[in-house]
Amino acid sequence: MKPFAYTRATESQAAVQALLRDETSKFIAGGTNLIDLMKEDIEQPRHLVDINRLELTRIEQYQGGVRLGALARNSDTANHHLVRQHYPLVSQAILAGASAQLRNAATNGGNLMQRTRCYYFYDLAMPCNKREPGSGCGALEGFNRIHALFGASDQCIATHPSDMCVALAALDAVVNVEGSKGKRTIPFNDFHRLPGDTPQVDTNLQRNELITGIDLPAGGSVFAAHSHYLKVRDRASYAFALVSVAAALELQNGTIKQARIAMGGVAHKPWRAREAEAVLIGNRPDERVLRSAAEAAMQGARAYQHNRFKIELGKRAIVRAITIAAGERGAV
Amino acid sequence: MDDSSGTFSKVESTPPVMQLQSREFLKRSALPALPGTGLALGQLLLTDGNPERSNTALATVPQVAVEKVAVRLRVNGSNYGLRLDPRVSLLDLLREQLDLTGTKKGCNHGQCGACTVMVNGRRVNSCLALAVIQDGNEITTIEGLANGDQLHPIQTAFIKHEGFQCGYCTSGQICSAVAMLAEVEQGTVSHVTEDVRKPGKAVLTDDEIRERMSGNICRCGAYPGIVSAIREVSTSMKGVSDTR
Repeated sequence: MKPFAYTRATESQAAVQALLRDETSKFIAGGTNLIDLMKEDIEQPRHLVDINRLELTRIEQYQGGVRLGALARNSDTANHHLVRQHYPLVSQAILAGASAQLRNAATNGGNLMQRTRCYYFYDLAMPCNKREPGSGCGALEGFNRIHALFGASDQCIATHPSDMCVALAALDAVVNVEGSKGKRTIPFNDFHRLPGDTPQVDTNLQRNELITGIDLPAGGSVFAAHSHYLKVRDRASYAFALVSVAAALELQNGTIKQARIAMGGVAHKPWRAREAEAVLIGNRPDERVLRSAAEAAMQGARAYQHNRFKIELGKRAIVRAITIAAGERGAV
Repeated sequence: MDDSSGTFSKVESTPPVMQLQSREFLKRSALPALPGTGLALGQLLLTDGNPERSNTALATVPQVAVEKVAVRLRVNGSNYGLRLDPRVSLLDLLREQLDLTGTKKGCNHGQCGACTVMVNGRRVNSCLALAVIQDGNEITTIEGLANGDQLHPIQTAFIKHEGFQCGYCTSGQICSAVAMLAEVEQGTVSHVTEDVRKPGKAVLTDDEIRERMSGNICRCGAYPGIVSAIREVSTSMKGVSDTR
């Protein structure tokens, strides 16, 4: 690991100011991804600003919804009674990711900021435009089994690895950030970005901004009775998603009044399947409707040599996730 | 930590450089002064004591030196006051400096769980935890579980049920299991819990044990013994919420 200077901050504005002291500075909270990347020399910050002492750990009711502190740990968030009761999709998604040890350390803000697990990003001997802009994309014609189906570019076909973020995208969460010039909010679906010609930039967070919290909007709790996070992976636990689906329905007399479908493991950002939502709304969740929704969701998919299986897998995962969500025990 | 006055009143800076060695330098352009230290890191006099290398190879490139950081920790009931390179992981601190080698280094990337310890009662991967961030925390390792010669019930059960073969993952498995049973007592849910909306304690089925222990890999495949050991303790120690 390369040497770095270490600063401990106890107030958010001071943390933001401390970050500005070096262009390679990074905030560190749980460190479960950043420290690993630093060990591999993929990240080489010369200065770390430890934000663990900031008072951003609360989870509380806020404007009819729930505000998740950026520094609340993933495990505490998944197990908080407000989240479990009103946004079970978020609990399920968090619990589908990583291990208990990692969830105990990882924070909500850090979950949003984690980087891709693309093999080529991690392998310093391979080209990667995300790690080293201009070096090329090793995955494009390489072993691209885990790679994107949507929104990729010829510069990068990596996927975003988070489970939690897929649920947050489905529920239209809002990210609260604070910079040196003040505070602002970012709609969740605008937080992460597609690779385009600058795959090294994962998010629309500005260089000097700190995530302070994530709001789960009041309107999201109508899905509590009928939501499900389905994760398909190479082993039963503790693996990244090949495909995941966050499905949330509001049912009225058996008819779908509102639907939210988001997918993980298929794009550079959590992928909202709005075409599928449009197919579902106003219909009963029968097999024919679910299959058309799945077809609509995957219509724009573009596969590479080794990930073609994810198109059919994605369709089946959508059908299954919605079927479970629509059932009696939608939060199962 | 204490606050100090000045522009960055709520930021505690690291103390000055204690020792400089060539490998502790990093190429850098410029790093403005850290408050309270009087140091402008990018402008440090750079030498490793080797006259042939000193002023040319090193001094022409602005570099940063590692500054050691004061850290106070309580490990298995003993207090430590340390000065640490900020790069040191909690795992390396335990093994290399505190001589607590019961905690194992497996993958060193947070993928195997061999390095699992408890920080303030919660299980974490010590390989992915910077020691400096643990300032003020209470750490429990495998060495801290037994009460004298009396093993922790989970330790006894691992022996009885042969929850290991080579033993390399075992201290991580045991620390993880001890913390996991406490999590169950606290009413936490898991990926395999029937309905996360339902309050109350989850029933610790074998599926629950396997899911909740999935962060600990056993290369020998001693999983049946591990699950049996945990099942036995969870059923015989109903009501245990203490991590000892």
